[in-house]
Amino acid sequence: MRKALAVASKELRQILRDRRSLMILLFVPAFFLLLYGYALNFDIRNVKLAVQDQDRSTKSRELVSSFVNSGYFTLVGYVDSPAELDRMVDEARVRAIIAIPSGFERDLAVRKPVTVQVIIDGDNANTASTVVGYARLLIGEFNAVQMQAFMARPGASPVPLIGVEPRIWYNPQLRSTLFLVPGLIAFISMITAVVSTALSVVREKERGTMEQVRMAPLSPLPFIIGKTLPYLVISFVSAILVILSAMVLFALPMRGSWPLLLGAIALFLVGAQAQGLLISTIADTQQVAFQVALLSSLLPTMILSGFIFPISSMPIVVQWITHIVPARYFLVALRAVVLKGADITAFWQDMVALAIFATVAMGLASLRLRREWA
Amino acid sequence: MSDLAIDVRGLTRRFGAFVAVDDLSFSVKQGEIFGFLGANGAGKSTTIRMLCGLLKPTSGTAMVGGVDVSRDPEGVKRRIGYMSQKFSLYELLTVDQNIRFFGGIYGLSSDRLESRRKFVLEMAGLQGRETTLTRDLPGGWRQRLALGCAILHEPKIVFLDEPTGGVDPLSRRRFWDLIGELSRQGVTVLVTTHYLDEAEHCHRIAIIQAGKMAALGTTTELKQVFSTRPIIEIQASQPVQAMAILDRQPSVEKTSLFGTAVHAVLRDRDTDPKALSSMLSADGIEVTSIGAVAPSLEDVFLDVVERTGAAS
Repeated sequence: MRKALAVASKELRQILRDRRSLMILLFVPAFFLLLYGYALNFDIRNVKLAVQDQDRSTKSRELVSSFVNSGYFTLVGYVDSPAELDRMVDEARVRAIIAIPSGFERDLAVRKPVTVQVIIDGDNANTASTVVGYARLLIGEFNAVQMQAFMARPGASPVPLIGVEPRIWYNPQLRSTLFLVPGLIAFISMITAVVSTALSVVREKERGTMEQVRMAPLSPLPFIIGKTLPYLVISFVSAILVILSAMVLFALPMRGSWPLLLGAIALFLVGAQAQGLLISTIADTQQVAFQVALLSSLLPTMILSGFIFPISSMPIVVQWITHIVPARYFLVALRAVVLKGADITAFWQDMVALAIFATVAMGLASLRLRREWA
Repeated sequence: MSDLAIDVRGLTRRFGAFVAVDDLSFSVKQGEIFGFLGANGAGKSTTIRMLCGLLKPTSGTAMVGGVDVSRDPEGVKRRIGYMSQKFSLYELLTVDQNIRFFGGIYGLSSDRLESRRKFVLEMAGLQGRETTLTRDLPGGWRQRLALGCAILHEPKIVFLDEPTGGVDPLSRRRFWDLIGELSRQGVTVLVTTHYLDEAEHCHRIAIIQAGKMAALGTTTELKQVFSTRPIIEIQASQPVQAMAILDRQPSVEKTSLFGTAVHAVLRDRDTDPKALSSMLSADGIEVTSIGAVAPSLEDVFLDVVERTGAAS
């Protein structure tokens, strides 16, 4: 243990001396959050809208203004000919078109069903389906208002109005930011932790200091522990900075307990660093270590963790693979604590999985180093 | 335990089909300075790595400080000090921090570390430079610090793998003084080097060629190969042409260039250098000086390498 401490204090001094790298490790993650947090946003605002109004009545204008007032749509203009519509869509000047048929107001007045056509540019399927959702919602609301007005008329038969009241938990405004920021936190922390430790051992191999250390009666485990401790402290601080920035910048709530959150972060980081160490024991140059570290942390954390794409909609084989991606478990824990205020009973399996990942990766790195040193 | 610090019997190491070290046997007495000479890739480093317990021998045995390196590599590591050509110190740490780190991983108690730290600083002449970054130290100082870090735990056997590479002559001299001092205290030193003038400091020398022992003995013993074959040194106006002419003479075994001078190894003691001189002059080469010289280690080394190279 004394030897592990000797390695740790040496490593820490080295890091502290290298101010630039330290600053990068501490603050760049928070900066990434700022950058990507604003870019990564599935919410759609200001969809450019054109209107083909063949009715030109009070009711038709009411419908159009309900779209514009929603904030989701910006009115680009009114058009008359279908040819002009085509051109506007082709030139991407508009993403959505509402076509209101003539006789709209008249038919509404007699409660005859009318159809309003909503045309959406489908070149981006995600955006398109979101816009369809918005349009449905707005037209539904408009419908309800018309019904109510109709009912209010004297002599109308008292038909009970069935209102649908959508209620979405945890993220009532359905802000995709709230869903994405925890993923982003996991993503950034994972990459920094894996890369920083992956480089730390290879650097010693490249500079020849590893050879000198190997000559000492020092077994791999204290060496690995000593190597990990300082980076654990740094990436821990960095992860907390990222989370605090997310709270300030993106109004990420904190509904659960801090100790639980810190525990999850610590388990996750130890696992990530073990992965970095494992890479480090295999790679011979910093360049290779960096690339492998980046690839093995970036893609799985982004694609296979449930950060962006829900795991439940992946093919079953891919779902199995996600079980070895630590970010998967961390995300469950992070979202549970931060967004839902859940307690440990809700995600203890994920904490166990994180602990298993950390232990296995540490063990492998240690074994691998023992083989290389022997 | 005998007074042998290192005892190597039939040590062999293969890497696939390549035999890096081939059936090497030698022993080193306690307090001896033992030089390991050989061209690059001759197997010096592989041998040292096996003796340090870093690499398992394919066959053969090596006892270092009474411990079998194959059976107890960790026990070997506790008994030896090692310093390599790269002076593997942490450049971003200060002198003091480097000493403390190596003391830490060798498991020195804090009292012992303190006294050893003072000793190393004094030995390396680094008092007052404790807080200097290692990267800012001149090569010679770094080299002495590296040696100090390698002997912090007071090993009885020290391995030095090309310790003087890239260091100025004055620092090299001072370094060899330190090695002599260690030897007088009973520490066994096994050192590899490229500098043949340095090898003269060694009590005994082994010359390794293609993984095999090509010659072994004291410098005087090694130079005996020239007892019946005098070496003539010739300073001439066109050394390269002079060599070509000399090589055609039946009395000349071989020639080699030493700086601007030509060394010719004669087949026997009967040839008169004067005759060679007048022959060169007849071919239009101006001879400024010619005469017998004592063989240097470089002559020995070249001779051994050429003979064993020709044999294999």
